Amino acid sequence: MFLTDADLQAIWLTVKLAGIVTLILFVVGTPVAWWLAHTRSKWKGPIGAVVALPLVLPPSVLGFYLLLAMGPHGPVGQFTAWLGVHPLPFTFWGLVLASVFYSFPFMVQPVQNAFEAIGDRPLEVAATLRASPLDTFFSVALPLALPGFLTAGILTFAHTVGEFGVVLMIGGNIPGVTRVASVQIYDHVEALEYMDAHRLAGVMLVFSFIVLLALYAWRPSPKKGA
Amino acid sequence: MKLLKTLLVAGTVFAAGLAHAEKITIAAAADLKFAMDEIVAGFRKGNPSDEIEVIYGSSGKFQTQLQQGAPYDLFFSADIGYPRELAKAGLASSDVKPYAFGRIVLWSQSVDASKLTLESLSDAKFARVAIANPKHAPYGKRAEEALRASKLWGKIEPKLVYGENIAHTAQFVQTGNAQVGIIALALALNPALADKGGYYLIPDNLHEPLEQGFIITKRAEGNALAKRFAAYMGDKATRAVMTRYGFVLPGETVGK
Repeated sequence: MFLTDADLQAIWLTVKLAGIVTLILFVVGTPVAWWLAHTRSKWKGPIGAVVALPLVLPPSVLGFYLLLAMGPHGPVGQFTAWLGVHPLPFTFWGLVLASVFYSFPFMVQPVQNAFEAIGDRPLEVAATLRASPLDTFFSVALPLALPGFLTAGILTFAHTVGEFGVVLMIGGNIPGVTRVASVQIYDHVEALEYMDAHRLAGVMLVFSFIVLLALYAWRPSPKKGA
Repeated sequence: MKLLKTLLVAGTVFAAGLAHAEKITIAAAADLKFAMDEIVAGFRKGNPSDEIEVIYGSSGKFQTQLQQGAPYDLFFSADIGYPRELAKAGLASSDVKPYAFGRIVLWSQSVDASKLTLESLSDAKFARVAIANPKHAPYGKRAEEALRASKLWGKIEPKLVYGENIAHTAQFVQTGNAQVGIIALALALNPALADKGGYYLIPDNLHEPLEQGFIITKRAEGNALAKRFAAYMGDKATRAVMTRYGFVLPGETVGK
């Protein structure tokens, strides 16, 4: 086999993590994007800035805060203890939560841009035809914003695959649980196993290129005129 | 004209000053964090004009970086095997000098670890046990050996979380995210961790010796400061610091 079982396990774990995070962010990110696209509230600026924070913050800042917050003395840690569930650091779901924060702007911003590009007019027309707001959202806004959702989904997935610093800080490097592909490569390099590092790094390189190629080449062209 | 002359003189003096100030960068295994900070501070007192920078990390990482030409002048490894390899590859400008033997301990933030033994790790209240990554961190390798020698590896492995280096491992325990960990005695003895309860010294017959060694790298061949610092490692004050942090020095017997 070209890749070792441990490498395949790391790749599968990475894909699983990125897939789940993308699904969660579709659900969580869309309302936030909708609100940001339509609100006239004075909170639009501050909330938009908070959403964009992970674009700017070093992953170590996020990893540090999350490790303390999810630990036994942190607020999230106390909450999980109160629920009687396992503390989140060193677990797969801990990584999911961290990645949801880490990839948030990659979902919200393209969707928000797509909603803003639609403008108010199609929604107003739908309203005059007595469509309920929910109906308008699903029958008018969602189909029109589909290219934005596609971009957002691909970017979120790809960005989660590329995560490293946060995972290293809160993951604990457990095989099959938190040892994702990027960490596995790091371990290979530190153990001077350059050939193994090469194989997995090559797979990641090809994967990333294909994702971006798909994004640039096959992105549906925006609808012309109304 | 006078101004120009002044400037010229000032510039020459400044340039001469630059030429004389020496600078070294030290790559040191993470277990040395607190001991090396003190040693460097001691050295600076006697040599205030010298510039010394220390970078801490896992020995395996530094090994890779040095093979790729990293700008380190001295390399203090937690495993003497790494600098030996570098010397063999012609990347050292000094002999490989053993400077200490390390010890591993059980340490916890939530319970008094001095009352524990390795067997206690199978207790259900220790849901997570932190060790350094045995793949490339020497302290992690020794931790694995000790667990295997005690026939506990199979039972403990599912609870293990792996730190990137030994200081990262200690941080997992310090934040309470792992209830207990196997860390370097040198870290458990530093004031920031020592007041958090005791430690259990893991018998050193359970693992291979943690023989640590350093080299002056090829790059620092003509660097007098690197040689002076290497010599300072044999100084009485330096040896006292190392002993205080639980390192056994070459030529001494295990005191504890």
